Amino acid sequence: MGIDRRQVEHIAELAKLELTPEEIEIFASQLSVILEHFRSLQEVDTGGIPPTAQVIPLRNVLRQDEVVPSLPTEDVLSNAPHKEKGYIKTPPLRE
Amino acid sequence: MAKDYEIVIGMEAHAQLLTKSKMFCGCSAAYAQAPPNSLVCPICLGLPGSLPVVNQKALQQTIMVGLALGCKIRIDPQQIKWDRKNYHYPDLPKGYQISQYDLPIAYGGEIKIALGGEERRIRIRRVHLEEDTAKLLHADRATLIDFNRSGVPLIEVVTEPDIRSPQEAKAYVEKLRQILRYLGVSSGNMEEGSLRLEANISLRPAGSAELGTRTEIKNLNSFRAVEKALAYEVERQRKILEAGGKIQQQTMGWDEAKGVTVLQRTKEYAQDYRYFPEPDLPPLLLNKEWVEEIKSHLPELPEALKRRFIKEYGLTAYDAEILTQEPEVAEAFEEYVAAYPQNPKAVGDRIARSIFPVLKESEDSLAEIKRRLPPWVLGGIIAAKEQGKVTTSTADELAARSARGEIAAADVKALEAVFAQYQRIGTSDSLLPVIEKVLAENPKPVADYLKGKDTVLRFFIGQVAKETKGQADPNLVKELLVRKLEDIRQGGTNQ
Repeated sequence: MGIDRRQVEHIAELAKLELTPEEIEIFASQLSVILEHFRSLQEVDTGGIPPTAQVIPLRNVLRQDEVVPSLPTEDVLSNAPHKEKGYIKTPPLRE
Repeated sequence: MAKDYEIVIGMEAHAQLLTKSKMFCGCSAAYAQAPPNSLVCPICLGLPGSLPVVNQKALQQTIMVGLALGCKIRIDPQQIKWDRKNYHYPDLPKGYQISQYDLPIAYGGEIKIALGGEERRIRIRRVHLEEDTAKLLHADRATLIDFNRSGVPLIEVVTEPDIRSPQEAKAYVEKLRQILRYLGVSSGNMEEGSLRLEANISLRPAGSAELGTRTEIKNLNSFRAVEKALAYEVERQRKILEAGGKIQQQTMGWDEAKGVTVLQRTKEYAQDYRYFPEPDLPPLLLNKEWVEEIKSHLPELPEALKRRFIKEYGLTAYDAEILTQEPEVAEAFEEYVAAYPQNPKAVGDRIARSIFPVLKESEDSLAEIKRRLPPWVLGGIIAAKEQGKVTTSTADELAARSARGEIAAADVKALEAVFAQYQRIGTSDSLLPVIEKVLAENPKPVADYLKGKDTVLRFFIGQVAKETKGQADPNLVKELLVRKLEDIRQGGTNQ
């Protein structure tokens, strides 16, 4: 079972991507192939293996509640295309 | 005839924790007064390659909340893990919020609330830890982003749908805030957004076991808003159902100014967060001993404190309730009682009479008021009143003026001098001239009294109090007044 146009549109909407009808076609077929490829993983017998979300054998990595210096505001804003009075500026977002 | 509906409400609360640094980085969490974008780093800006690390204090505070709400804590061998909640909005620089999806830190607790003498239990579904988002300032033609708040530790407390009325919802939120404040883990300041609330609400025919379609209400930023928005939404849903309509599952916002709930988004646009495990944070396996240790260090919570105040100080349930509402007040009460242990009830009354009004009428903090009216002064005033050195109204005035910072006594001697200055006038010799003056100046009320109108006595007592600046012993004044008026009746003349 592949991925159809509607699913591609939904994912594009969640990712805030605007796709042309041609692109939707292309991604539908490409994503279907990728999904199919991953499906082969499901053939592995995982009975008796506990579910895991982490492969790195680390546990309980914590830090003390201590304040360290932050970045200079100048550096913080250096990648922002638009800024104003120390804020990063975007087109209006009010709903 | 209108059908009977049962109201079903569940609450979600977000509370900022009082840590020094942020949830996953060492930037200061004290963002309120800081210049925009001055408390950020690659981690809370979500720059590629940065690695979050869990703040131990935030974890500890979340465990405290879980324990205080009677929750089970997920301890070793159970794992706690972190998840990414994906959505695209500029308040979230990473494109996801680090949160907890299916394995929260605490789950399955309850909060007891009392309403109209009846105790209700609201089950707590879960308490989890996540990070706050950036602050957006909406201007006319642009939105300005300040990332200082991004990454501040935030807990989410979710109830089961056990709340049955807007009043209960308000009582629940008050209780939750009180517990958070007693634990010292959150300021609970709703105006500043440290405590934010959302409610899910649906109606169902009374007696039905199925849940109706619910709406979600956001933007509840005060106790009043919680109660009013839910009451409004109950009526809105009731009208739709009674007209044979169907409730749409949707998100509403509370418009405080207009007093209405307004549609924010419908289910078609419902978020699809695509949660998945956070690969940058290893899971946590909480050590049982650590959790036990946290439990043994939990501060005394309001319910227990209330019981102790009743038992230890002989307070009424009502007084104990009032004095334990805020942790600072309860603490102040005990400090004041220590200075005058003879009569805790009088100390409580004195706090209610002299300190609460100042707290209400001004912005002054309790700490400031305590500095102006230290325990030894309050104790001294109560003692002077109980020993009959000053009248109740003088005691009221001295305590209130001290609390406002209008007068201050440097030491016991100075305080005694103040009492001497405002000494209770309790002898006939000093009061009789005043009483005679008041009677002479008010022939009409005197005539009224002689005609049998006893209520004018109160007027005369008031006049004498005025003449003596409240220093006259009211019982003696009354006694002398009656005697004098009866003399006039016998003599037939006024003097």
